[in-house]
Amino acid sequence: MIQMQDLKKDFVVRVKAGRLRRKKRVVAAVDGVSLSIGRGEMVGYIGPNGAGKSTTLKMLTGVLTPSSGTVSVCGLTPVPQRTKLALRIGVVFGQRSQLWWDLPLRESFALLRHVYRVPPAEHAARLERCRELLDLDEFMETPVRQLSLGQRMRGELTAALLHGPEVLFLDEPTIGLDVVSKQAVRSFLAELGAAGDVTLVLTTHDLADIERLCERLVVIDHGRVVHDGSIEALHARYGSRRSLVADLAAPLPDGFTLPGATLAAVTANGHRVTFTLDSSTAGAAVAGLVAAVPVRDLSVVEPDIEDVVSRLYSER
Amino acid sequence: MDQRDASVPTISRLGPFRASVATFGALIGSGFRRYATYRQATLAGTFTNVVFGFLRCYVLLAVAEGAAGNMPAGYDAEQLATYVWAGQGLLSVIGIWGWTELADRIRTGDIAADLLRPIGPVTAFLAADLGRALHGMLTRFAAPLLAGAIFFPLHTPARWQTVPLFAVSIALAVIICFGCKYLVNATAYWLQDARGPIMLWTLGSGVLGGLYFPLRLLPDGFVTALWLGTPLPSLLQTPLDVIAERDGPVTQIALVALQLLWAVTMLLLAGLVQRRAERRLVVQGG
Amino acid sequence: MAEFRAYVALGTAQIRSAASYRASFLVELFGNVGATVFDVLTVLVLFRATPAVGGFTLREAILIVGISSAGFALADMLVGNVDKLKTYVRTGTLDAVLVRPLPALPQLLLMDLPVRKALRVVFGFVVLGLAVAANDVAWTPARVLLIALAPLMAGVFFSAIFVTSASLAFWWVDSGEIGSAFTYGGRDFTSYPISVYGSWFRNLFAYAMGFGFVAYQPALTLLGRDDPLGLPSWTGFLSPLVALVAAVIAGVVWRSGIRHYRSTGS
Repeated sequence: MIQMQDLKKDFVVRVKAGRLRRKKRVVAAVDGVSLSIGRGEMVGYIGPNGAGKSTTLKMLTGVLTPSSGTVSVCGLTPVPQRTKLALRIGVVFGQRSQLWWDLPLRESFALLRHVYRVPPAEHAARLERCRELLDLDEFMETPVRQLSLGQRMRGELTAALLHGPEVLFLDEPTIGLDVVSKQAVRSFLAELGAAGDVTLVLTTHDLADIERLCERLVVIDHGRVVHDGSIEALHARYGSRRSLVADLAAPLPDGFTLPGATLAAVTANGHRVTFTLDSSTAGAAVAGLVAAVPVRDLSVVEPDIEDVVSRLYSER
Repeated sequence: MDQRDASVPTISRLGPFRASVATFGALIGSGFRRYATYRQATLAGTFTNVVFGFLRCYVLLAVAEGAAGNMPAGYDAEQLATYVWAGQGLLSVIGIWGWTELADRIRTGDIAADLLRPIGPVTAFLAADLGRALHGMLTRFAAPLLAGAIFFPLHTPARWQTVPLFAVSIALAVIICFGCKYLVNATAYWLQDARGPIMLWTLGSGVLGGLYFPLRLLPDGFVTALWLGTPLPSLLQTPLDVIAERDGPVTQIALVALQLLWAVTMLLLAGLVQRRAERRLVVQGG
Repeated sequence: MAEFRAYVALGTAQIRSAASYRASFLVELFGNVGATVFDVLTVLVLFRATPAVGGFTLREAILIVGISSAGFALADMLVGNVDKLKTYVRTGTLDAVLVRPLPALPQLLLMDLPVRKALRVVFGFVVLGLAVAANDVAWTPARVLLIALAPLMAGVFFSAIFVTSASLAFWWVDSGEIGSAFTYGGRDFTSYPISVYGSWFRNLFAYAMGFGFVAYQPALTLLGRDDPLGLPSWTGFLSPLVALVAAVIAGVVWRSGIRHYRSTGS
């Protein structure tokens, strides 16, 4: 569905050198990215500010011309075939609206039907589905300028889907939203992804979006891909481990060890212990622990993706 | 520095006064620096001023050629050229167009933050506008005048008093213009959307201020009524008539005195309107 | 056809948006007429001081003003808002437009079509009508064609100037008000007989940039007057050709501007 081969984008920036002189410097915003994304995949595209996420997205949607390398989306080359491509992709820029500021949401949708030349029946069916899933009914007649950010984002998502795109690009779709709206957007996207007919690429700073939605994670930094794979693979690569947290009736006996696990912390006067699971399975560790001391309560904690990613960013 | 002066009790009676002068000065400085960052826009604007200078100058000189005694409305060709080019230079010093900051802040509600400051909005915006005018004087005034002097014979002032009088007249025009802009913007307190009054101001100030043609080309009685009854001719017509030496020294001084009257009136009006608006805000809770 | 319907939908949406602020809309509708009224009044005032400007009487001069005003008002309403391009580039609106399946320029124009300038177009054409009536034109089929074409071609020409000068923002975002030197400046230039201008200035604006063929030459041809500057009378009919050339240049500049934007971002 999406192919990028050694994709590069250079920008010329003028740097102040002295009072009046400016020096030109070439900065590679995207520096040789090669990716292949198949139909129906849901890919999270993350990276620190200025890593090249938006630039990549702009090259994929036909806004920017690559400096070198090739890119193809839906079998089309974005820039020369921009209008053709636009009919087959949907784009949501979290901070820019595709809607008409002064018109009710309903009219924005009606307009988009003309802009994208969608047959009325198809348009109505898709709108009906979005209305149901995103609870649009209460503000369909409200001018966009009066919508809350969460309502507007639900409108933007609908606007991007009304022409039945094959690929949906989302640039920070949850930015600035409250917890409830974030959940609504996420579960809508999850449902969309589960149907399997839309390929979804999203950039975000909120890693909960990724954990909830994407089986594949691409991390970019300084214009280069530093990780491409599942979230589990990222954890494996950076040695992040699940851990076992147990509340004990009595402190651990001295010198107690669990095979394949490391004692990471002892708190609450020795009544709470945390083991990092290195090679042991959770089951074996629990069995070993219960055999040695009376256990009141225990839980297996998944590794924190925020930790891994912040370690990844700080490794530059 | 000035904050400490203001808050610590001082024995000298001059203390608070000095402090507010320092604050006012700092505000002027910040207005100046704000415009100093738009260097490229300054260049672009100067180019535009010069192009319009050529257009207006050629047309007025053509009018002079056909007029009785080659003196339309009592200006000779050199005085007309001075009128046009000094006008192009002063346009962005006086700054009749483009200021909607107060109206915008009222519309968005940001004005509430301004009311919390120890300095009233009229004083604060006036200081910022003086800074802007100072920046305009240093960057935008000379270039059009120079371009005019290269391509057209200009009138050189014959009396030494003309130059200081011109400077005073410009300063007064800046203050009058600020007062007008403030009142126009302040209509947003009552109308929510000040676009209409701002549009009327933009239209009226250019024509009736004397930018497009010297107002004296209009019937005499009308011009006198305009001059005495509105602040508009005091914006550009007066300083331009002063530098072109259209009238004798006594009339010139009288015109500048009239400007002074308008400057005081407009500032008092702006203060009055602001107090009314604030009382209204307090009563209605914004 | 489908594309045309999309444009119509975009245009009507803009009209409905503007109508949602009724009071401001009315004020701006009449305020905009005021601008053109003042332009015409300026000419009347100047003629109070002199019977002739640049060798032309008031009646003749008003014909020039009429063609220029009608054409400019038309262009300003349909295309004038393109000078907001600077803002579009800065705020990223242009990106949002570029991901839709329509060409960028018509979208931008229709998204922000200033309906409030409509009355101004009417006023421009009324002035032109009065000017034609005030002059004793010896009508021939060619002159009838010319009076119909001249204001429209002036509109095309000014539209081209608007697009070209706005495109400057693709390369120079901080270009400020430089575009108005050619758009509003061009309108002022074409409002007077070009015989008033100094020769190098006239050569540059009238002949090199083509502003002389917008209103001045067609007016001479309509009046059957010889050009004091020596151009033959058929040059009045050059106005469609000059407008076409300007439009082609504007198209090329706009396209290369978009290409530049795509390669540099904002």
